[in-house]
Formats: sequence, C-alpha cells, structure tokens
Amino acid sequence: MYNAKYIIPGIIFFLALAFAPVVYNMGHKFEVTPELPKDQKDCVLPTQEMRDKHMQLLNEWRNEAVRDGNRIFVNAKGQKYVKSLTNTCMSCHTDKAKFCDRCHDTVGVAPYCWDCHNLTPDQKSPIPPVAQAASGGH
Amino acid sequence: MKSNRREFLKLAAVSAMGIGAARLGFLGDAPAFAESVPTAANFEEGLKAKHWGMAIFTAKMTPEMNAKCRKACHTEHNVPDIAGPKEIKWFWGANFEESFPTEHGHYLSEEIEHRQFPLLCNQCETPMCVKVCPTQATFQRPDGIVMMDFHRCIGCRYCMAGCPYGARSFNFQDPRPFIKSFNPLFPTRMRGVVEKCNFCAERLAIGKLPVCVEAAEGALVFGDLSDEQSDIRKALREHFAIRRKPDAGTSPSVYYIL
Ligand code: SF4
Ligand code: SF4
Repeated sequence: MYNAKYIIPGIIFFLALAFAPVVYNMGHKFEVTPELPKDQKDCVLPTQEMRDKHMQLLNEWRNEAVRDGNRIFVNAKGQKYVKSLTNTCMSCHTDKAKFCDRCHDTVGVAPYCWDCHNLTPDQKSPIPPVAQAASGGH
Repeated sequence: MKSNRREFLKLAAVSAMGIGAARLGFLGDAPAFAESVPTAANFEEGLKAKHWGMAIFTAKMTPEMNAKCRKACHTEHNVPDIAGPKEIKWFWGANFEESFPTEHGHYLSEEIEHRQFPLLCNQCETPMCVKVCPTQATFQRPDGIVMMDFHRCIGCRYCMAGCPYGARSFNFQDPRPFIKSFNPLFPTRMRGVVEKCNFCAERLAIGKLPVCVEAAEGALVFGDLSDEQSDIRKALREHFAIRRKPDAGTSPSVYYIL
C-alpha cells in the first residue's frame, strides 16, 4: 500500500475519535429515575414496555383516535383506557417536569407534544408559549 | 397543616365513595372547567350515523343566540380570541348577502336582510379542502365529518384557498395567550396550523351532541341525514331550506331553513 505510514495511523486516529464517546461512557451506568405516581400501580402497559416504546404507543393512539375514531385502548389484561395524552397519561403523571422531562432532558430530546397538548386535565390556564429552542426548534 | 387537611378530605372521600384516589385531585384545586374527564365507559356510548348533518332554524338564531353558540363552541375547543384579520373562528355569523352570495337576493324582505346567519364549516359531502390538502391532514370520515389531524398540518393553507366558504382559520401566532376561556380537556393549537369546526367529533364519541346544538335550544338540529326518521330529516321535510353556494359543487351538510 502506498503511503501506509500515513493512512494506517490516520485510520487509527479516526477510529479512536469515533469511539471516544463510547470509551468515555464505558462503565458509567445510565440511569434516570422519573417520579412515578404514588397512588397508582398499573400503567396501561408494563413499565419496561412503556420505557421502550411509549412514543410508538402515543403515535398509534393519535392515529387511531383522530383518524379512525377508535378511542378505547384495551391492554393485555383486558383493562380499558381512553387514548388520550392529557386525559389519560397526564391524569396519573401529573407533574411533567418530574416525569417526562427527567428522561427527555437527560437524553436531549424535546418532543413538541406540549405545543398543543395540556399538561393535566385540571390545568387552570393554557401553558405559556415556550421558547423556539425548547419546543423542538420549529 | 394544609396538606394534612387535604389528605384527610381525600381519605374521607375515598371511603365514602369507594373509588380510587387517583381521580380525586379536584378536591384540592377545583378545575377551571367543570366537566369531568371522560372515561372509557363514556366512549363506549358514542353516537353513530351514516352521514352527520345540521339544519338551522335561522329565524330562531338571533344575534344573541349566535353569540351564545359561538362562545360555547370556542370555549369547548380552546379557540383563541383574536380581533382583526388574524381572527380564528369555528362558529360565526354574517348577513344574507355574505352567507348566500350566489342567491343574488335583491329586494330582500327587511327581516331576512337583517337576519344574522350562523356560519360554520359545512362538512361538505365532496369537500374541496380534502382534495387539495397535500398531507391528508384534512380528511373525511366515513360518517361525513371533515376532520383535521392537527398533528399533520404543515400550514400550507391550500385548504383555506380551496374552501369556498372561508370556514378555516390560520394560526399566525401562538394562540395560547389569546385563549380567554380554557378547557383543559381539549388541546390547543400551535402557530402555523389551520383549524376549523370539527362537528364536535370528540363529543359525538362520548355520546353527546355538538356543544353549539346544546346551546341553541332547538334552533340547531343535528342528526343523521341518511336516516329518514331522524329529526333533521323531519325538519328538512317540513321546511324550505337552502345550502350555501350550491354552485361550488361541494354539497354542504349544513342546511339553512329560512
Ligand atoms: S366548508 Fe370548507 S372547510 Fe368545511 S368541508 Fe366544506 S370545503 Fe372543507
Ligand atoms: S359543531 Fe361543534 S365544532 Fe362545529 S361549530 Fe358547533 S360547537 Fe363548534
């Protein structure tokens, strides 16, 4: 190989750079503890499933409720819930800052659900407008 | 001390009613909106129809009644109160000339000329707004309701150009600071999204009639246009009714009884 003495260290340097974050975080345990509702034991789905795919679930809910008019969700245990972010999810998780935001802030995502959806079903006035950046930048 | 009293009240209420404490948040702070959160059982009682429509006894729709219906609708749906050209309207009123420009009603009777006609989205049978929407944010349900999926609206405003009735409004700014009477159970909209009357799809789903119909004390009749026995068909059988701009070809589901 021509110029191997430049190319190989170059590749090694590049790989080192690319994997630096992985190496840096090795051994660190990733842990976020959102505050769970004290008076409720069951969520609509098991905790692990909610952790992994609440976003898919919410996306399905919104399509089924708005587009198909199908507004009742039945889980594996046969329990029925209304497909509603504010009226169902936020009825139990009444403090967005201590539940949603803890994870979202840690992993650096800013979902724009709250540009329209209310924080709880007994909120007194609309949430004030959020700054552009905080609202997902659009 | 305060929280102790609150806990006690909660406990007392739980033992009295034998239901979970989860829904008893209202004991501490009364909601701004008196309505309670609909449950899955409510949603099982949804109203169904082949084709929803509305008939309007226009003589009964005085300007006061119009204002009352508008207020009921706008409160229910968190419609912001913005004056001027950026106004957002789901339910509004206009005179005969504006409402029925293709009727060319010269020499109208005084009473008709001064009557205020309630206007809302006509929930057209062949809606132009649906045809022109590039993202299918506006779509038609099998029961005739022309719905908006606000999640999908990209704010291109084709539907506003397409609608021959001016039934749609655009949020030029964040609507939240302009919401005077707030309903926490219904979302707001955001800047850059179009909105309009949805025939109260969220209320039909829990077995309730549209809130303007409830407020109108019989002046608005809501029902299934494809059911001959329905109240709306009876009203249309017995009275002469016209629709707005028939030559636009969209075939409105809202009928005006003169
Ligand atoms: S009145 Fe306008 S917005 Fe409503 S369905 Fe007809 S075309 Fe669409
Ligand atoms: S049907 Fe519902 S959304 Fe439409 S104008 Fe009446 S109250 Fe408003």
